[in-house]
Amino acid sequence: MAIDFLILNVLVLLALAISFFKSKEKSKMALKIAFKSLINTAPYIIITIVIIGIMQGFIPNTLITEYLGEKSGISGVLLASLIGAILHIPAFISFPLVASLIERGASVMIGAAFITSLTMIGFTSLPLEIKEFGIKFTVLRNISSFIAAILIAIAVGVLL
Amino acid sequence: MKENKIKKGDYKSKTMKSYAGIILSALIFLGIILLFPERKDVIISESKKYFIEMLLIIPPVMISIGLFSVWVSKDLISKYLGKESGIKGAFISIIVGSLPMGPLYIAFPIASSLVKKGASLLNIIVFLGAWACLKIPQGLVELKFLGLKFMILRWSFSIILIILMGYIIEKIIEVKKIDIIPSIK
Repeated sequence: MAIDFLILNVLVLLALAISFFKSKEKSKMALKIAFKSLINTAPYIIITIVIIGIMQGFIPNTLITEYLGEKSGISGVLLASLIGAILHIPAFISFPLVASLIERGASVMIGAAFITSLTMIGFTSLPLEIKEFGIKFTVLRNISSFIAAILIAIAVGVLL
Repeated sequence: MKENKIKKGDYKSKTMKSYAGIILSALIFLGIILLFPERKDVIISESKKYFIEMLLIIPPVMISIGLFSVWVSKDLISKYLGKESGIKGAFISIIVGSLPMGPLYIAFPIASSLVKKGASLLNIIVFLGAWACLKIPQGLVELKFLGLKFMILRWSFSIILIILMGYIIEKIIEVKKIDIIPSIK
């Protein structure tokens, strides 16, 4: 495949080798953590891949273009941001999902809206944020994150 | 310590959930393919394409997460975050926040302990924002699937807006002069 990802893999392996050279103990720990996070994220990855495949089989491109395409405008962006804010999935599986939607006719702006609100707003972590910082801080931070997500999406969509 | 205990329990139940999730999605996948054999080829070829791409990117992402978490300690975060104020502090907060240290809920206790140590609200908000949406390993996946231009645009606007957000929230909260953060006392 792409040469840049060959380079990436080599770089990471190099970093791992340096790490082993410096401390065997810590490097083993790092691999353990890597494995743990792989185990934790594997179901999300598999489910996403399954969803992408099934969408390809059942949702025609015309439907995606109609509801998630350029035409859907600001309401599409708002909807995508709202869904992103509520969903609690690891950000990195949203990238292939969004990529497959864009490939099939969704607008870049909507994709960016979904990604930014997904990452910036955590409905599920609200209680913890309130506990640590109080309700006012939490409300201010999350509402402004939502607005920021929409602005970022518009900027990315317009410029790309 | 208490924290460790919780984490271990979490990990076990998470692993169980992981297996259940994989098996469930595999079953759904098989069921749909059996029910709709005429769509089998399209579904399999698309899933396979994304599966291979994920397979290429996931190992380096996971290994870099592991490496970062052993070589970059929480103490390091505390050491650099909150010392500088203003725009310089904001940029340090972005860099520190983008290091992969775990999900957002880990960031809240770190951030609130830094507030107690005197870090500015601007730094804290920028740190939380960067932690949430600008992660270095995730960036590798973003680069792979959405391309360099998308990534550069999203990251730059995110940085601008996170800093802006920090300034605005800091202004609002400081003007009111109310005890916003109850845990400081």
